[in-house]
Amino acid sequence: MKKLSKQISEALERAVVELDEGVLEKIMEAHAKESVLAESSQGSKASLAVLDAILENLSIAKKQRLPMCQDTGMFLVFADVGRACPLSLASIEQSIIEGCSEAVQNAYFRRSVVDEPVFDRENTKTNLPPIIWWNLVDGNSLKIQILLKGFGSENCSSVRMLNPTGGSDAVIKAVTEIVKLAGGKPCPPIFVGVGLGGTMDRASYLSKRALLRDVREPHPDKKYAALEEQILSSIQGLEIGSGGLGGQVTALSVAIEEESTHIAGMPLAVSINCWADRKATIEWETEHA
Amino acid sequence: MRELQLPLSEGDIASLKAYDQICLTGKLYVGRDQVHKRLFSLIEESKELPIPLEGETIYYMGPSPAPEGELIGACGPTTSARMDPFSPLLLDRGLKVMIGKGPRASAVVDAIGRNKAVYLQAFGGCGALYASTVRSVKTVAFAELGPEALLQLEVVKFPVIVAIDSNLGSVYTY
Repeated sequence: MKKLSKQISEALERAVVELDEGVLEKIMEAHAKESVLAESSQGSKASLAVLDAILENLSIAKKQRLPMCQDTGMFLVFADVGRACPLSLASIEQSIIEGCSEAVQNAYFRRSVVDEPVFDRENTKTNLPPIIWWNLVDGNSLKIQILLKGFGSENCSSVRMLNPTGGSDAVIKAVTEIVKLAGGKPCPPIFVGVGLGGTMDRASYLSKRALLRDVREPHPDKKYAALEEQILSSIQGLEIGSGGLGGQVTALSVAIEEESTHIAGMPLAVSINCWADRKATIEWETEHA
Repeated sequence: MRELQLPLSEGDIASLKAYDQICLTGKLYVGRDQVHKRLFSLIEESKELPIPLEGETIYYMGPSPAPEGELIGACGPTTSARMDPFSPLLLDRGLKVMIGKGPRASAVVDAIGRNKAVYLQAFGGCGALYASTVRSVKTVAFAELGPEALLQLEVVKFPVIVAIDSNLGSVYTY
């Protein structure tokens, strides 16, 4: 039986070097689409060069066990703790911090975290602290999901407080505007997490949570799954393309998470992730306890 | 792919057109947010700069740590737009080549045109790929900035796409 912290560090050390199968599939699909048009479109040709470089980069990273990107990100940790989970929150928190810390050392993460945002911005030299969101669920399980969130893309994320009567058209328009404003900055092709409902902060949280879903899986509710498709199609119409150089594929997937909200509002948040959509999932088995 | 030696000559720069895929061999400087802020302040205060800018190349990058036995860790480009407030002054002081990723503000585009400079886009997120092009690494200034220090790299066949050329041809159409 492995210690929880060891499971976390190993998952992170892998995530910084290799992408999940689903993410790779999406990149290959984009590659296939741009290949078809590369002869006739300057944008698709340039996009294809970017996608070729991405694939070569992934192969070098995997072979040399080097981070695929120098921005190894901030640790965004989502801890879903069963109400009957035998581990204490304090011990889980300690394991998360230890696991992240070990991964930083072992896998040569860049130290990208500063201690305060405005004045001295002194580097913590540990890439810590992680940002942890605690979520209580039924049962005795523990699931920890960690995003390695790069900031080229995070700087393009945004929140809008939409009109409650705006409906899906307002959502599509707002997300498309946010992605257009991002342009080539967030390392497209991008993954788009959309949070809807709750409050301003809650929508932001949901937009991050949306990025955790398997990128091949649509929303379980058909209406929201259709909305994801409509947003994706609207984004592709921008023709920002890979690297922002033009082309047919700007986003690789759109995922929505939604929840209840107030009669007066429709909070919307968009979290943009780069093609290097790195995440680690650790499922703690109860028999370990 | 066309291979060019750094520093690029005026003739090289004049020959480059948006969308050209080229690769670079030679020495370049590395600096991102804080380096730009500091260079900008030094120029404003008429103080001496730690590097010459005339005809030079700056790559917007902050590497991850070098694994044991390696020269450098992952070292792909960072988002250029954050350097936009500082770049026009550096260009007016002789900087000729900027390497980063993503579009630039109109003030930077104007400064590229009036100084016959060029903006090259490296492949975003491709840190491991760029590590394989690096032959030497030297810390030149501001070592206290850690991953943001001002470095000089020697690179071989460093791949880029011409994003904004000296005649203001651009790949950013959206």
